[in-house]
Amino acid sequence: MTRDLDLLLPSPHPVELIDPTGQTVAEAAHELPDDAALLRAFAGLTTARRINDQAGALARQGRLAVYPSSHGQEACQVAAAQVLTDDDWLFPTYRDTAAVVIRGVDVAEAFLPLQGAWHSGYDPHRYKVAPQATPLATQLLHAVGVAHAARLRGEPTVALALCGDGATSEGDFHEALNFAAVFRAPVVFLVQNNQYAISVPLARQSVAPSLAHKGIGYGVPGERVDGNDVAALLTVLGTAMARARAGEGPQLVEAHTYRMQPHTNADDSRRYRQDDEVAGWVQRDPLTRLETWLRQHDLLDDAQLAAVTADADQLAARMRTELARDATPEPAELFAHVYATPTPQLVEQAAVVADELSREDEH
Amino acid sequence: MTSTATTGTVGHEKLTMAQALNRALRESMAEDDSVVVFGEDVGALGGVFRITDGLTAEFGDTRCFDTPLAESGIVGMAVGMAMNGMRPVVEMQFDAFAYPAFEQITSHVAKMRNRTRSKVSLPMVIRIPYAGGIGGVEHHCDSSEAYYAHTPGLHVVTPANAADAHRLLRAAIASPDPVVFMEPKKLYWTKEEVDLGAELPGIGRAMVRREGTDATLIAYGPSVPVALEAAEVAAQEGRSLQVVDLRSIVPFDDETVCAAVRSTGRAVVVAEAPGFASVASEIVARVTERCFHSLAAPVRRAVGFDIPFPSPKLEHVQLPGVDRVLDAVDDLQWDLS
Repeated sequence: MTRDLDLLLPSPHPVELIDPTGQTVAEAAHELPDDAALLRAFAGLTTARRINDQAGALARQGRLAVYPSSHGQEACQVAAAQVLTDDDWLFPTYRDTAAVVIRGVDVAEAFLPLQGAWHSGYDPHRYKVAPQATPLATQLLHAVGVAHAARLRGEPTVALALCGDGATSEGDFHEALNFAAVFRAPVVFLVQNNQYAISVPLARQSVAPSLAHKGIGYGVPGERVDGNDVAALLTVLGTAMARARAGEGPQLVEAHTYRMQPHTNADDSRRYRQDDEVAGWVQRDPLTRLETWLRQHDLLDDAQLAAVTADADQLAARMRTELARDATPEPAELFAHVYATPTPQLVEQAAVVADELSREDEH
Repeated sequence: MTSTATTGTVGHEKLTMAQALNRALRESMAEDDSVVVFGEDVGALGGVFRITDGLTAEFGDTRCFDTPLAESGIVGMAVGMAMNGMRPVVEMQFDAFAYPAFEQITSHVAKMRNRTRSKVSLPMVIRIPYAGGIGGVEHHCDSSEAYYAHTPGLHVVTPANAADAHRLLRAAIASPDPVVFMEPKKLYWTKEEVDLGAELPGIGRAMVRREGTDATLIAYGPSVPVALEAAEVAAQEGRSLQVVDLRSIVPFDDETVCAAVRSTGRAVVVAEAPGFASVASEIVARVTERCFHSLAAPVRRAVGFDIPFPSPKLEHVQLPGVDRVLDAVDDLQWDLS
């Protein structure tokens, strides 16, 4: 099966619909999302930024064990959640907690792993959100499997699978693109190229013309998009989701963005990048450009902005309350979820733990 | 192959282990539409060992299909399908060719239930033809069971005869948890009289294959026939050896194994894998901890040496045979009793 190379090639430059100064890009090849979608996205961006700020603060206070912030990548977070229908599945990574919350997962459940209480805190089937993946690129294959199973049953599900630039070097990234293509699985792969894999810059991951070009070798159409332009992301991802849903197969989308903060609160990014590089990306902030655009088009005034901010503040307050609680499960649960029925050995070991803990209590 | 699948066949018939496995797959696929079989060469070819023979023809290529040649991809896609209502049964072509899937197996297949506090279970089977004895070239003869047995969250099962192959594969496919199903490839073509309708113990239960009173041989998979042959030879020499077939490495049947060892007071573990840090080591530890006061001698092992699996002309050096088993039995301090 061969495909026309022109159909696989990403556009020469990342798709941008609203430029960093908040102006509509003239003669763009794509249409802007409608006003309602952009207003919803603005509320999402405000929420995502607030989640990042609040979680960062909680990590500094020691209330979270760790927090990998998506500050600067909020447009990707919001668009990834907003293009999904109730039938669709999201496959997030550890940096995508904001997308998980915007998809609808309760903050207490979403942040349970970051509290150090359990490896995942929500019911994936309830929200159609896979557990946030810590290993790189492995979850992309799970997305292919979920999508393929849905397609075999004739369901309209599309899986949106997220990964970063570093993950494109992993074997599973390539196997996932190839399997999705061969089985025409309804999967959209969104690479948030935030320029760094912890400390290693993109140049050490790949010398391909772009990460979106990596689809060509698998017959998967690639597209690249300004990852700080939520309007462009909604349009490009929305089109890719619609294509996949219509049975036209997978698509690879590379979003050019930037990780404004260290890898996690435990990282020191000044060892590998300059402050002025970070400062340059402040000018491309995803929130300010959409706010500017909405105000210019009389879609947002101070009162509306205050309402959106108040909603985000309310969520942040809920995070402070919920995450102050110790939600650590009972130690007995460590033995309860290894198998559907614990083995005789696990029953014995659970009794050992119960005994050890009862003696600790006596001391 | 007949074109109709039968469920719970009653009556005796002569089958190879390969045919019994094929029968189990067909029965499970006929009973449950969510059972899908995929891997490398499992479609038109029917698998390099013909275990999936005829499945695509009978059930169509959405139920039994070939995949790209990438084991991590196969297992990773199976994880996703199992997350979304299917019961995948995937074939790794050979033991050592499963290693590219190791991360998917250890980090996801084994841990998804635990990670999600049982909200997501993965009812899937990873079939792995394993071990030596067929004159295979490098990468085709590894005994890799310890890697999987060491990983919490996996069931690890290995049949030693056709009836068990059928019974255990049916149970593995029906299991709510992932099962690494290890098939001793040297036994694929052994023909036996079997009754597929017979009631047999499920996963997690060992079986005593031969009664004996002087010592217990504990074996699994490809080593069970070796242990039975050794017991036969020993009987001619006046020594009565009992043979236990584990069938299931995880869960491990301490009850049956320990009852057997206590009844004889002596034990030898027989296994092909290199002995260091092996399933055999674990069995010795478990038996020693639980049966110490019933033991007349330290538990011995007749196992593979700690070397990479040899080329065909030298594999006989590595594989524990009757002599190695009986030498170990001879070392069980008979003079002291």
